[in-house]
Amino acid sequence: MEKRELVCIGCPLGCPLTVEIEGTEVVSVTGNTCKRGDVYARKEVTNPTRIVTSSVKVEGGVLAAVSVKTKEDIPKGKIFECVTALKDVCVKAPVAIGDVVLADVAGTGVDVIATKNVIASTS
Amino acid sequence: MLNYDIVIVGGGPAGLAAAVSAKRNGAESILVLERDKELGGILNQCIHNGFGLHTFKEELTGPEYAQRFIDQLLEENIEYKLNTMVLDISKEKVVTAMNRSEGILEIQAKAVILAMGCRERSRGALNIPGYRPAGVFSAGTAQRLVNMEGYLPGREVVILGSGDIGLIMARRMTLEGAKVKVVAELLPYSGGLKRNIVQCLDDFGIPLKLSHTVVDIKGKERVEGITLAQVDENRRPIPGTEEFYECDTLLLSCGLIPENELSRELGVEMSPVTSGPLVNESLETNVEGVFACGNVLHVHDLVDFVSQEAQAAGKNAAEYVLNGKKEGGKDIPIIATQGARYTVPKTVNPQRMDEKHVVRFRVGDVYKNCYVSVYLDDERIIHRKRPVVAPGEMEQIELKKEQLEAYPDLKEITVKIETE
Amino acid sequence: MFDVVVIGAGVSGSASARELSRYDLKVCVVEMEEDVCCGTSKANSAIVHAGFDAESGSLMAKLNVEGSEMMEELSKELDFHYKRNGSLVVCIHEEERDNLQALYERGVKNGVKDLRIIERDELVKLEPNISDKAVAALYAPTGAIVCPFGMNIALAENAAVNGVEFRFDTKVTGFEKKDDYWVVQTSKGDIETKYVVNAAGVYADVFHNMVSEKKIHITPRRGDYCLLDRSVEGYVTHTIFQLPSKYGKGVLVTPTVHGNTLVGPTAIDIEDKDGTNTTQQGIDELTQKAGETVKNLPIRQVITSFAGLRAHEDGHEFIIEELEDAKGFIDCSGIESPGLSSAPAIGKMVAGIIKDLTGAKEREDFIATRKGILDPKTLSKEEYAALIKEKPEYGNIICRCEMITEGEIMDAINRPLGAKSLDGVKRRTRAGMGRCQAGFCSPRTIEILARERGVDPSEITKSGGESKIIVGINKDNL
Repeated sequence: MEKRELVCIGCPLGCPLTVEIEGTEVVSVTGNTCKRGDVYARKEVTNPTRIVTSSVKVEGGVLAAVSVKTKEDIPKGKIFECVTALKDVCVKAPVAIGDVVLADVAGTGVDVIATKNVIASTS
Repeated sequence: MLNYDIVIVGGGPAGLAAAVSAKRNGAESILVLERDKELGGILNQCIHNGFGLHTFKEELTGPEYAQRFIDQLLEENIEYKLNTMVLDISKEKVVTAMNRSEGILEIQAKAVILAMGCRERSRGALNIPGYRPAGVFSAGTAQRLVNMEGYLPGREVVILGSGDIGLIMARRMTLEGAKVKVVAELLPYSGGLKRNIVQCLDDFGIPLKLSHTVVDIKGKERVEGITLAQVDENRRPIPGTEEFYECDTLLLSCGLIPENELSRELGVEMSPVTSGPLVNESLETNVEGVFACGNVLHVHDLVDFVSQEAQAAGKNAAEYVLNGKKEGGKDIPIIATQGARYTVPKTVNPQRMDEKHVVRFRVGDVYKNCYVSVYLDDERIIHRKRPVVAPGEMEQIELKKEQLEAYPDLKEITVKIETE
Repeated sequence: MFDVVVIGAGVSGSASARELSRYDLKVCVVEMEEDVCCGTSKANSAIVHAGFDAESGSLMAKLNVEGSEMMEELSKELDFHYKRNGSLVVCIHEEERDNLQALYERGVKNGVKDLRIIERDELVKLEPNISDKAVAALYAPTGAIVCPFGMNIALAENAAVNGVEFRFDTKVTGFEKKDDYWVVQTSKGDIETKYVVNAAGVYADVFHNMVSEKKIHITPRRGDYCLLDRSVEGYVTHTIFQLPSKYGKGVLVTPTVHGNTLVGPTAIDIEDKDGTNTTQQGIDELTQKAGETVKNLPIRQVITSFAGLRAHEDGHEFIIEELEDAKGFIDCSGIESPGLSSAPAIGKMVAGIIKDLTGAKEREDFIATRKGILDPKTLSKEEYAALIKEKPEYGNIICRCEMITEGEIMDAINRPLGAKSLDGVKRRTRAGMGRCQAGFCSPRTIEILARERGVDPSEITKSGGESKIIVGINKDNL
């Protein structure tokens, strides 16, 4: 039996959660004061995921960089692989919100998409 | 002299929402004045996600949230000017502004909406002792450099202040290849969201030191290190607790100050608590026809509430332009006390208010298992149990017109935090 | 071969260079920092003392009164900010009146004009925020305030326009005396010159002692200051000193020429000649001491604190002379308060010494006036509009706190001895000097500096040397 200590992110109360895990099964969640704590704890210990946001270079745009995000959340353990994969990415203006900047980042099956419109510079 | 129904100072989230709402509520000619080169304000550099859960029921990044409102503004054919700085607003509501292409502009408005946002408290205002080398940035300045210009302002970073901007920047700097050594917080609790503490600090093993502050900055040219010390209950450093951190960068995320220089010169009365204008239930200042919303009014926790507030300001300004000043009734002051620091609005007029009115406020400390209470004179009309309230989060209560009108002799409304 | 090498581009060195440029002399100023006005000259009380402080008969007293009398005219000639706001030395203990009287008498003896002692009634009328304890004050209507950056930069710029060469980032490391000239060894090679002027501020003793057997010793005496926001402009209108007494020297509270309020300085003797760090203790001391002469000090409106180092020589006197055992080496050392006030007279005296030694002739083509950076806020609306039409950069506000335009910043960068760093721009234009302390404008100013200088933004520094703002690009080490 493994025990994991977490802090609930559901609200400012920040309940200290204790999760008991048997293999890959969550046996119990304690310390939470509401249902949200339970749901969070189970997800966080079995499959923690994050949306990753960053920015990449833009060529020929009115701005030098465009902000991007993973279209969906990716495994927490893949965060650095994801940003490293973005290191040499450079997109050509114009860029529109939702444009795929990098497909299937770090083998997650998730695309990185632009979160800002950047129009081409006129000069 | 140009003429507009409504001039809105600031094209950030507040200005955008106010403009769209004013148009949809009947104002004909609206002009938004934005000093930056694009609309969207500070959201453009807030590239992290978590915006818009209340408004759009999805988690957007800052630029995406801004674009939703920019699109609405464009659909409504609302005029705006970029790279334009407002220099002055007169009592007669002549707005003087300036830009490269048109020079000095004088614009006669029937109503003005103040939506200038806020700025960060600087190292100087915090009076942190030590040298004054390069490498001390407000978190927002660093955020702009990293997120919009692609420049790294430092490689080994200490952050003072654990509000959300400080926490977000800890993660941003880490993901761009910098090492964030520690986040220090003067208070015994963080003003940031729990989610940000977990996902911006814990995820990367960045320690958070509560009740700590920077007592010295070393480095004559570029920061070489900083000294942290623990503080006592009066927030004074405790001798002997100093710890030196080698770093080349200190980011400061130590509070936001509404940017009210224009408002003050205009003669708008200010709240010493929020540093924003004192407004009535229409979000109108003491200067008739001048409204305020967003972070220039009081610093918000979520942009969704900025948008909501701005929509109200836009609607009220449109009504003012169309129908003139609402007359009659009596302004009832709202007193914030016992844990409640202030309220927006500061007064409410039962006769002129809508059926329901949201009053927003912040608390001065963390209170657990408490009640948010509202009194009409001596009678308690709201008594809402809260497992926790904290200064980092805005609270709100709703006043109902019919409830207030049931007290014709009402003198004051009181908002407080009670333990039972 | 130069005729004169001046070490130090602070206010003494720059004033000397400017006065020397009146003559047919080849002059070079060497400065270890990247700009003029980087040491003591940039961090002081920014006041022009009336001249009652220094001991009667001293060189300090003489040059103070002379400098103070020259200052207004000079400020017009060279276009820097100066205001005769008057100063008050406040007596807060009835039993200290004798000291006040003594100060008055010394002032009269030193030749300070229009001095008088005023009683509390009049004092309160002049300064409503004066302490309730104040009983009387010495009123010196000739006391004034000045922009120390503006003055130093103006002097240097005018010297440069008149042919003086400035070499920055050049550190003097030693001297070699030849028969009839000096070799000044620097981090950037040797410079030959007939005369050397040692105006090196807190470092002046180091250079003096390299060439002379009669040693001098300068202690960096640190003064911490707090600068308050313009929002409290008018809190005081005169420069308010506390009467030095057995209770201590006190600190001054003064308006600045730009509408801020300045509180300071402390006086802490240190060893480190670059030790310009403030301390909590120093800042606390300021707040407490300022409360002696004024009430309700709005210290919460502080926008920055800083520390400057006074070059305190053991003899507490200006040393301006050719050294007896090092001919051709002219000291301009021990220049502590009232150094800024005395600077116009110091420059004149230094140039006078060299003129007498060389017999140099005055040039006919000397340009005595200089125009500062145009402040469009001083223009009429029509003039301003016309300016923007011609130069659109004057329509683009970069520093929102001080309302400084791109045009002013470009002027600061492109004029003689132009700004190279953020601090250089700040001292010339006030961009970044306001309440947000450059949080808003610094990324924008970096962009303009990089563009105008034709370098990458990552090259731009806060104040030269290793003070880079940007250390890399995103993900460059991932």
